[in-house]
Amino acid sequence: MNGAMEFLLWTKGPMFQIALGIFAVGMLARLFEILLLGRATNHAEARAGEWLPGLRTVFTRTIPDPGTFRRAPFDVLVGWIWHLGFIIVLLLSVPHVELVAGVFGVSWPTLPNPVIDLLTAITLAGLVAALLHRLLHPVKRRISIPQDYLVWALTFAVVLTGYLAYHRLVDPYPLALGMHILSAELLLICLPFTKLTHIFTTVFARWYNGAAFGRKGVRS
Amino acid sequence: MSELSLERGLAALRAEIDAPVAAFFSSCVRCGLCAQSCPFYLETGDPRYTPILKLEPLRRVWEAEFTLWGRIKRWLGLGQEVSDAMLAEWEPLVYDSCSLCGRCSMVCPVGNDLVYMIRKTREGMVQSGHAPEGLVAASVRAIRTGSPMGLQWKTLAVQIQHVERSTGLTVPVDRAGAEYLVMLSSMEIINFPEYLEAITRIFDHAGVRWTLSTQCFEATNAGIQIGSKDIAAELVERVVVAASALGVSRVISPECGHAFTAIRWEGPNLIGRPYPFRVFHIIEVLDELRRDGRLHTEGKEADRLSMHDPCNLARKSGVIGEQRALMDLVAEHFVDLDEHGRFQWCCGAGGGVSSNERAEPLKLAAFKRKKAQIEAVEPERMVTMCATCRTQLEEGLEEFNMDIPVVGLTEMIAEHLVERPAAEPEPGTESGQPA
Repeated sequence: MNGAMEFLLWTKGPMFQIALGIFAVGMLARLFEILLLGRATNHAEARAGEWLPGLRTVFTRTIPDPGTFRRAPFDVLVGWIWHLGFIIVLLLSVPHVELVAGVFGVSWPTLPNPVIDLLTAITLAGLVAALLHRLLHPVKRRISIPQDYLVWALTFAVVLTGYLAYHRLVDPYPLALGMHILSAELLLICLPFTKLTHIFTTVFARWYNGAAFGRKGVRS
Repeated sequence: MSELSLERGLAALRAEIDAPVAAFFSSCVRCGLCAQSCPFYLETGDPRYTPILKLEPLRRVWEAEFTLWGRIKRWLGLGQEVSDAMLAEWEPLVYDSCSLCGRCSMVCPVGNDLVYMIRKTREGMVQSGHAPEGLVAASVRAIRTGSPMGLQWKTLAVQIQHVERSTGLTVPVDRAGAEYLVMLSSMEIINFPEYLEAITRIFDHAGVRWTLSTQCFEATNAGIQIGSKDIAAELVERVVVAASALGVSRVISPECGHAFTAIRWEGPNLIGRPYPFRVFHIIEVLDELRRDGRLHTEGKEADRLSMHDPCNLARKSGVIGEQRALMDLVAEHFVDLDEHGRFQWCCGAGGGVSSNERAEPLKLAAFKRKKAQIEAVEPERMVTMCATCRTQLEEGLEEFNMDIPVVGLTEMIAEHLVERPAAEPEPGTESGQPA
């Protein structure tokens, strides 16, 4: 019990600082790495502006065109389900909001625990489906690299340990909570160095796409 | 071209990496949805043709040299190098199985502009000596003779004579002070001479002051297809010089998709300065004439017509409504294909695929997507506005024994012009076939 408590305190103390530090510095460096490359001046006469079409695509690309949805409904639905589940549980569960309130002093409404519980289970199921799809679909299998499985495992671990801790399925509780916090910290540490960067860079990617097409008068 | 080498190839790839490329590769989660937008993957089922995989050489250079983590991996000896063997293996992926149609760029959930990056990757392929023979030959011919097919002015001069004889009109050549310089494509001159006849009739009808230039008549750009900025810039510069010499304010891109991308969008960046004139696709010009009430037509086509949007014109240039407005002018039963406009499917021949003999089987495979689209709508004829698309549609439909003629929109408009009393009434528009 004592060891478990010490472990929990370590994850909440020094390890948290380390993870946050690596994440913040790493991610900032990545964004600078990208944006400092810049773009060449475009001399071609534009048909329309860049800013608005870029911003538009940042939002619209979230929903696939009907044809793509018809051709790959499983990809779209599974992707949507687990991403949404993950984000809702992250932002609207009681312990997470309390954590933010404790650190930053701001809080917002939460969802009832049974709802969070259901969403967590759905997210786990979605992640399993995504993994199976990656292992079985010829395209996904061909383009996957080891990092894809590592990132999957980290993400799954965060959700799974949260579920285990909430249901007191691991004894003692401080160990369960410590594991959840540690896996979240590992995710943060890996974020700037893996495809997890898409959490931040997708906004830029979509903007560049929307801007380039928008300039030519095409909604992308 | 001087010595091509892996080093030069890598340097070219390095030079192509900019903020968008870095943002795109940073965002890819390898979901593989881009494959679902690619006719080459969908019609072969071969996962090697997944668009993002085609970009692996560029991605490796980016990771190893433009990310901190990649540099560390390289320093530890864990980096993935781009070798000559790898580029050789990727050559068919970057060229044979990609028509630069850009559909993947519209579908990627994180917003990666994949076609932007394929275009860039080709720069590295050329510099490392891994471009397909057919495209190299076309590029060399374009630089030497001005035409990727080696066509010379005298061939065009013969076509001009035919046109003048059958229309009774004069085809203006080297007329300084004209408003428009009309550019052509070799394929049009050889396969579809009716195009020149059509614009001659239409421009006479609408009172447009136009001209051809003996200095430069070819608008296609093999440099854009193969992916060589030097070649592409040289070919664009010829158009600029010819247009400037005649003092035109507008240049018209022919019914050729990549030619429009070349002179409309890439050209000013290739030569590093804005043009002293504006560039329009012939379809834009015709629609402008229509809007201004300068096109007087009579009668409409009575059969069921559908339309193929060239990728370069629709998805990559935003010309989507114009051709439909023109269709309405002359067609009674026009029906669009299910996925059209910015989400149209490529005919399978663009981006240099049709100049690359090795890609022939893939070109035909990719066409099957278009074929299925056409079958779903059951048109009696197809209408399009790109000589390469048109040739591919004709050949593909014939291959599958589908009796659906393909016509150019510009010619269709010309056939419905209200005859002016002064104009030569001879209806025999069938003349002017290539000798």
